[in-house]
Amino acid sequence: MTVTAGHNIPNRSPLMAFLSRWLLTTNHKEIGTLYMWLSFVLFFIAGAMAMVIRMELFQPGIQFAEPLLYNQMVTMHGLIMVFGVVMPGFVGLANWQLPLMIGAPDMALPRLNNFSFWILPFAFTLLISTLFMEGGAPNFGWTFYAPLSTTYGPPSTDVFIFGVHLMGISSVLGAINIIVTIFNLRVEGMTLMKMPLFVWTWLITAFLLVMVMPVLAGAVTMILTDRHFDTSFFAAAGGGDPVLFQHVFWFFGHPEVYILILPGFGIASQIIPTFARKKLFGYHSMVYATASIAILSFVVWGHHMFTTGMPLIAELFVMYATMLIAVPTGVKVFNWVATMWRGSITFETPMLFALGFVILFTIGGFSGLMLALVPADFQYHDTFFVVAHFHYVLYPGAIFGIMSAVYYWLPKWTGNMYDERLGKIHFWTAIIAINMTFFPMHFLGLAGMPRRIVDYSLQFADFNMVASFGAGMLGLTQVLFLYIVIKTIRGGKKATGRVWEGAEGLEWTLASPAPLHTFETPPKFPTPEEDYPRD
Amino acid sequence: MTKNRNNQRKHTILLSGLAVGMLGFAFALVPLYAIFCEVTGINGKTYAQEIDDAPAVLQVSEREVTIQFLGQVGRGMPWEFRPMDTQLKVRLGEINLTSYYARNRATQAVTGQAVPSVSPFYASNYLHKIECFCFTQQLLEAGEEQQMSLRFYIDEDLPEEIKTLSLSYALFEVPELEVASLTLTNNLQ
Repeated sequence: MTVTAGHNIPNRSPLMAFLSRWLLTTNHKEIGTLYMWLSFVLFFIAGAMAMVIRMELFQPGIQFAEPLLYNQMVTMHGLIMVFGVVMPGFVGLANWQLPLMIGAPDMALPRLNNFSFWILPFAFTLLISTLFMEGGAPNFGWTFYAPLSTTYGPPSTDVFIFGVHLMGISSVLGAINIIVTIFNLRVEGMTLMKMPLFVWTWLITAFLLVMVMPVLAGAVTMILTDRHFDTSFFAAAGGGDPVLFQHVFWFFGHPEVYILILPGFGIASQIIPTFARKKLFGYHSMVYATASIAILSFVVWGHHMFTTGMPLIAELFVMYATMLIAVPTGVKVFNWVATMWRGSITFETPMLFALGFVILFTIGGFSGLMLALVPADFQYHDTFFVVAHFHYVLYPGAIFGIMSAVYYWLPKWTGNMYDERLGKIHFWTAIIAINMTFFPMHFLGLAGMPRRIVDYSLQFADFNMVASFGAGMLGLTQVLFLYIVIKTIRGGKKATGRVWEGAEGLEWTLASPAPLHTFETPPKFPTPEEDYPRD
Repeated sequence: MTKNRNNQRKHTILLSGLAVGMLGFAFALVPLYAIFCEVTGINGKTYAQEIDDAPAVLQVSEREVTIQFLGQVGRGMPWEFRPMDTQLKVRLGEINLTSYYARNRATQAVTGQAVPSVSPFYASNYLHKIECFCFTQQLLEAGEEQQMSLRFYIDEDLPEEIKTLSLSYALFEVPELEVASLTLTNNLQ
C-alpha cells in the first residue's frame, strides 16, 4: 500500500514512525486493519489448539495430550475463537466499512476507537500467558461454570478473569462508538430504512454488545469474589447456588451467539445481491427479522440448561421461544434465495463463501432446532452433537462470513484484485474439509460420545479419524488464505473503483485503494430513481 | 454541526448508562433468582418456616407418605454427617421429630451450614420445618459430636401422586471470614 500516515513528524527513525503511526492512529481504516490482523493472528493460534484437540482424538486412548492439557486446549480454543477471532474480525470490518458505507469521514469517537483496539492485544497476551503458568491455563471450558472455575479453578483463573474484563471493556466501547457513528454521521438522505444491511445488522449487534457484555463482566466479577473475598454467589455453603451461575452466564451467552452471527447475516445480504445483480429481496423484512432475532435472544437462555432441573413450564416456554427464532431466520434464508432467483449469478470467491454460508448455516440451524426440543435435548446434551451444531453455525457462519467479506472488500482496501483461481481453491477445499470435520460429529453425538473428554470408546474411532483428517485439511486451507491475502496486499491486477459489476453503495464510489481520508465533504446519497455515480 | 456534536455526546452518555445499568442488572439477578426460587420452590429449596407460621392445631390426615433422609458433606468438610433415621412413614399434618448425627473429626473447631434440598422439587413447598439445624450455622469443637434435631410436618395438600419424598442435606464448611463477621454482628446485638 502506498498510504502515508496523516501525522508524519520528520526526523524520526523508521521504527519510531511505524510504531507511533500504528499505536496512535485514530483513523478508522488503520484501526480496522489492526483489528483484522489481530483476528487473523489469533485465528491461527486458536486453530493450532484445535489441531492439538483433533490430534488427540485421532485415535482412542491418550496419545499427545494428557487430560489436563486437553481441557486447557478446549477452553482456550473456545475463548480465543469467540472473543479473539470472530468478535475482533467483525469489529474490524465495521471499522473499515461503516464510515465508507454511510458516507462518514471517520468513526464518531476516533480516540476511543484507538483505545478499544489497543486494550485487546494486552487482554489476549494475558489470556495466552496463562498457558505457561503454574497449574496451567483455565481448563473448565469457555463457559467457566461454577464450581469448576471457583472451587476447582487453577490459579490462572484470576488472570483469565482480568482478561475477560478487558475484552468486555473493549467490546462495549467499540459498540458505543459504532452506535453513535450510525446514529449521527449518516450522509444526508440516508434514513435508517435506507441503510445498507451490513450497517443495520451491526447497529443491532452493537446494542446486543452494550447490553450483555456488562452481564459477562458481572459474572466474572462474582467468580472473582467467590474465589478470593469469601462471597457465596455460587457456593451452596453460604446460601448461593451454582445453577445461578448458569443463568447469569447464559443471559449473556445466548445474545452473544447472535453477536457472533448477525454481522455475518449483514455481509451475506451485501454480497448476494452484488453477484446476483438484483436488489436484495425483502429489505424491510430483513431488518425486522434481524431485530426480532435480537429481541428473542434475551428470553431463550434456558435452552442451554434443560438438564439442570428446570420446571416443565419454563422448559416449554424456552423451547417454544427458541423454535420461534427459526421464523425470522427462515425469512432471511428465504430472502437470500429469492434474491438469487432469476438473477444473473456469477460465482466469484466472495459469492461462493456467501453461498456456503447460507447452506451450511441452515444445516447448523436445523440441528439447533433439534437441540431446542426439550425431550430430545436430554439425549443430545453435552455430546458431540452440540459440538457439530455450534461449529456448523460458527465456522461456515461467522468465519465464512468474515472470509467472504474479506474477499469482497479486499480489492477496495488494497487496490489489487486477489487471485481468483487461488480463492476458488481455498473455498472448495475449505468447504470439503469443513463437512469432513464436523458432519461426522453429528453421528458421534447421537451415538453418545460426550464432549470435552480426552478419550472415547472404541466404537467412535472411525468417525473421529475422518474428523481429524478433515480438521488437518481445514487448517492447511487457512494457510492458503493467509498467502492469498498477503499476495493481494503486495500486488496483483489493479482494481477499479467499483470493483464488482453489480456492486452498489457509497463505498464503491471511491477510488481503489480507498484513500486514507475519505468523505471529508459528505457525498451525495442518490435518491431511489438515481443510480450511484460510476467511474 | 454543533447540534450533531451535542447529539453525539447525548448518545454516548445514554449508551454508557445502559452499559452500567446492565452491569447492575447482572448483580440484581442474584436476589431476583433467590426470590424466584423461593416463590416457585424450584431447585427443591426449602426455606425456613418459623414456628408461628404453623397453624395452632393441625389436621392429621389418614394419608401416609414415606420420607427419606439423606446427608452428605461438601468437599474438604471434615465432619461425619448422617441421618439417624434413613426413612420414616409419616401421616400428613403430623408433627415428626428426627435427627442427624454430626461429629467434627478435625483437630480444630469448624462451623458448618447444612443446605437442604427436596425431591421431587414441587414437594418442597409442602414440607414445613418447625425446627431445623439448617436454620443456623452449627459450630462443633474439635472431636465434638452432636445430634441435631429436625422437627417437621408435611402439608395435607401434598399432591396425590407423591408417595415418597426425600429430603437431602449437604453440609458445607462456612468460610472463616463469614463466621467472623457473623460473630461480630451477634456480639454487637
